[in-house]
Amino acid sequence: MLYREAGDFKTSYVADGQTFPIRFDRWRYYAVLAVAFGIVPFVVNDYWANAVLLPFLIYAIAAIGLNILTGYCGQVSLGTGGFMAVGAYACYKLMTAFPDVSILIHIVLAGGVTAAVGVLFGLPSLRIKGFYLAVATLAAQFFLVWLFNKVPWFYNYSASGQITAPERTVLGVAVTGPEAPAWAAYLVCLVFVTLVALVGRNLTRGKQGRQWMAIRDMDIAAEIIGVNPLAAKLSAFAVSSFFIGIAGALFFGVYLGAVEVGEAFGIQKSFLILFMVIIGGLGSIFGSFAGAAFLVLLPVFLKNVLVGALGWPSDLAAHFELVIVGGLIIVFLVAEPHGLAQLWRLAKEKLRLWPFPY
Amino acid sequence: MPEQFFWGVEVVLNGLMAGVLYALVALGFVLIFKASGIFNYSQGVLALFAALTLVGIMDGQVPFAHLINAIFGTDIHHFGWHLPALAAILLTALVMVALAWAVQRFIFRHLVGQEPIILFMATIGLAYFLEGVGDIMWGADIKNLDVGLPQGINATIDELTYQWFGYGFFIDNLDISATLIAAALVTVLILFAQYTKQGRAMRAVADDHQAALSVGVSLNFIWIMVWSLAGIVALVAGIMWGTKMGVQFSLSLIALKALPVLMLGGFTSIPGAIVGGLIIGVGEKLFEFLIGPMVGGATENWFAYVLALVFLVFRPQGLFGEKIIERV
Repeated sequence: MLYREAGDFKTSYVADGQTFPIRFDRWRYYAVLAVAFGIVPFVVNDYWANAVLLPFLIYAIAAIGLNILTGYCGQVSLGTGGFMAVGAYACYKLMTAFPDVSILIHIVLAGGVTAAVGVLFGLPSLRIKGFYLAVATLAAQFFLVWLFNKVPWFYNYSASGQITAPERTVLGVAVTGPEAPAWAAYLVCLVFVTLVALVGRNLTRGKQGRQWMAIRDMDIAAEIIGVNPLAAKLSAFAVSSFFIGIAGALFFGVYLGAVEVGEAFGIQKSFLILFMVIIGGLGSIFGSFAGAAFLVLLPVFLKNVLVGALGWPSDLAAHFELVIVGGLIIVFLVAEPHGLAQLWRLAKEKLRLWPFPY
Repeated sequence: MPEQFFWGVEVVLNGLMAGVLYALVALGFVLIFKASGIFNYSQGVLALFAALTLVGIMDGQVPFAHLINAIFGTDIHHFGWHLPALAAILLTALVMVALAWAVQRFIFRHLVGQEPIILFMATIGLAYFLEGVGDIMWGADIKNLDVGLPQGINATIDELTYQWFGYGFFIDNLDISATLIAAALVTVLILFAQYTKQGRAMRAVADDHQAALSVGVSLNFIWIMVWSLAGIVALVAGIMWGTKMGVQFSLSLIALKALPVLMLGGFTSIPGAIVGGLIIGVGEKLFEFLIGPMVGGATENWFAYVLALVFLVFRPQGLFGEKIIERV
């Protein structure tokens, strides 16, 4: 009864082409935004922000970025961690070089820097395809991490080789540094997530997104019908890296505060975000959120159950976590290779007809 | 200057030996990729798992001891026997075959016909799973693996080269035996693929699944066989690497080293895996030796990838890969 198209008449092209054409969907979306902006900041505490909300929001940005490249444009990338590192280090260098400029501008600029680096590493994609490209992006991953480790200029010659975010404020409230309140960090991330999701969703609905999908489905056929593969692939790399760079900057500046590159942006991170995209659903913005939520919540949940409730030693629990995560991924792929987004789509189909079976 | 030159030669020789070890891992990838189109990320973890199992069986460890102790409050560790290396290796090979069957039966049989990236993801899931299971079964501490392979500097080569050139080459006995074993393994594999019924069936499947199916080749059997072969190759690689640097988590990272080897050699070529391994082995050692000191060292982490990347731009299918013919 809730999920109805009948009676929902569109009287203008604008109304017909909107992101959520079904009324219930639209109201749900507004409700989620209202809760996220209006209620959560007042009730959030440090534990929830740091264990769940901030990683969820930041990984969601990265997952949207990777989803644009892998899910929409079909270019498998394993260099996400490296690109996040570019965003983090660009943000750090900008923050320390221009302390008076707003951190928000720095984060966006860091995204821009990452986009440039992404395009550079995306160039081979014109010749290399499929798994060869996936492995080629590993070159970006390893090279970038090595670069940030070995060239002291990037970490301002600090003795530990770490980068530490200095305190920066937005409208007088600290958002980076150890003194930043949880709600401020949360709000900054939330604003970026909302913007990124909005831009991502609309890009993929429009001409650009259709070009990407044409390249994904069959690049030669796409070329024949007039899609420029150079422009399409490189723009996918640019947009994807831009988002991933923002995620990296937030991950470093707002979430962790201090970062050691090999630990925070290693190959594991690349795989984690790829998992999110695939579990969530390739080629779906909603899927990016679902995948990020799933993989952020799962370890927290497992840790609470295994260590907290069952009282196992933590090293055993950590190994068990690996088994469960690995097993779940396999079960998931066997049961629903198209991810959580597909489950949601099926649920919506059912909801349309509910309470009738046909 | 001749001193410098000899150093260089020594670096090249050691690079060749390291390349053989990379090639061993890459070989497992190629076998599975050729026969089933699965890009098997878990190959490195397979090697780790095989090495862990081997050590566990040799030392008579009780599997899952840690878990059992945690749940039942018991305190068990070892059965209290020591198996000879050969028997343990055979038993481990059996375990790998059983694992191959399980992988095929419970994972990939359900994923037939899915897109390559889904299969790839499944192998990453498998890698996590096996890593966790291996740790729970045998414990996560670093173990020594000694199956009786000679180790340490080869004195004969050292003396001979000292007499000839006035400079003794340092070459590890282990590397020499690894090279010999790898060569033997590859020969056996190639003979198997060329001259046996199962080997031919395997190549038929690699060529065209449907055509092979239509002339009566059992895909299921071939895939189990291929995974078993990959498991045994992983076991050999695990023994080599495990003896070299101890059986520990970082063993599974050799899979990442094998990837550029694959790119260079082509995903579908067994000779490619060997040649690629040698090129990468020599290339990264030489680069570290010549350029490394200028840029702060530790270039081995990325050099192989960048080399492969640059190479691929000029030859997208790798050295020996099948020519990619694209049609709409």
